[in-house]
Amino acid sequence: MRIRIDRGRCQGAGQCALHAPELFDQSDEDGMVVVLDDQPPPELRDKARLAEQLCPNSVIRVLEEEDG
Amino acid sequence: MSVISPTPSPVPLPTHRGCPFDPPEEYGELRRSRPISRLAFPDGKVGWLLTRYEDVRALLEDLRFSSDRRRASSPVRAFPIRDGDPRVPGSLIGMDPPEHTRYRRLVTRWFTVRRMRELAPRIERIVADHLDAMERAGPPVDLVETFARPIPSLVICELLGVPYAERADFQRWTATLFRLDEPKESVYAARDALWDYMRSLVAIKRQLPDDALLSQLIRGEDPSAGLTDQELTGLGQLLLIAGHETTANMLALGTFALLCHPEQARALRERPDVVDNAVEELLRYLTIVQFGVVRVAREDVEFAGVKVREGETVVASVAAANRDPERFPEPDDLDVTRSAAHHIAFGHGVHQCLGQQLARMEMRIGYPALLRRFPTLRLAVPADQVPLRDDMFIYGVHQLPVTWQE
Repeated sequence: MRIRIDRGRCQGAGQCALHAPELFDQSDEDGMVVVLDDQPPPELRDKARLAEQLCPNSVIRVLEEEDG
Repeated sequence: MSVISPTPSPVPLPTHRGCPFDPPEEYGELRRSRPISRLAFPDGKVGWLLTRYEDVRALLEDLRFSSDRRRASSPVRAFPIRDGDPRVPGSLIGMDPPEHTRYRRLVTRWFTVRRMRELAPRIERIVADHLDAMERAGPPVDLVETFARPIPSLVICELLGVPYAERADFQRWTATLFRLDEPKESVYAARDALWDYMRSLVAIKRQLPDDALLSQLIRGEDPSAGLTDQELTGLGQLLLIAGHETTANMLALGTFALLCHPEQARALRERPDVVDNAVEELLRYLTIVQFGVVRVAREDVEFAGVKVREGETVVASVAAANRDPERFPEPDDLDVTRSAAHHIAFGHGVHQCLGQQLARMEMRIGYPALLRRFPTLRLAVPADQVPLRDDMFIYGVHQLPVTWQE
């Protein structure tokens, strides 16, 4: 599993940092998304997916890697 | 032989509530039969009303629609914009990218999840102080006056660097701006008074800076800053209004809803693990932005099977969307244990509420602290005598008389 972000679209709503604090934070400079772990372990899959769904600006993509 | 029913004629926005916590009943019927329907605006124009969760979300993400309210119709009262008014710089809500993006990036760092966690002990202190004062006063009290209004006002004043002692003025101007039947001239006067107040506060902060947000923005640590007095005034008044008016109404209306659903209040009082879900559920269930969010088509747009013409206004009913059974099972039940994180009470897209993490923190601390301090808290009047804010842009209660056993 891999997390990709399109930071240019981010508006700093903070949904990802709220619901998946293990994976996302917000920058001290502009409040926009910072990825803490772009290859999260499987137990954080649901949280990563929730952050992807809740992001109001479609910034986050969670990609499943085919070859593991 | 099939009969094709004629296109129904446009109807005005439904505003009459049966139950104080539910959106007007017409929304449910519209969502089922005509989720994208023709809407008649008070200015005589015709546009669209969206009531399904998926459609509302899609609209608010769609940059073919603008937030510029100078071009849009209002579903309930004309926007207080005079002909030839310049756009208020920094006001955010009526702006589009890339202009909106610039301001948003300047202020967002003050409202991050981490910043709000750091602010939690101060909010806990403020909440405890107000509960102490309630206890000293003794029952009955108006919860709006003693708890729901002062707490968010004090928090946002401290955050911005606005003198709390001056709250009576800005609370009165905000109430005037948000009242539907307010005469135009009085709305303009309140708007001008708020502008002048914030403009002079900005001037004071330039002379005598402190450590709060307004002074920090003036100091412009950010190289892209260099904000003008106009921009600082616009940003300042937006943050002040949004910061005190919305959470105040959620605290009071949320408490009203909990007192009318005692089993839900009990769960929130006794189970700290449900607090986060309870806050999201109350946001969903009550959706205080009661008349929806307005967008205007920049061009002719095919949207969800209809053709929206350039210049037409579309109203996205976030209240109706948050009761969509396709997204939320049993949507009309208040269930503080459910996971309602997908609600769009804070909006969606680039304008999703800047202060949402602050609002959440105030509610997470406020509701349980109130319910635990006064385990016997109940309404001091029959529920049908609580005065509702159906005459205000932001829904809630005007007063909430409560009592408890001493």
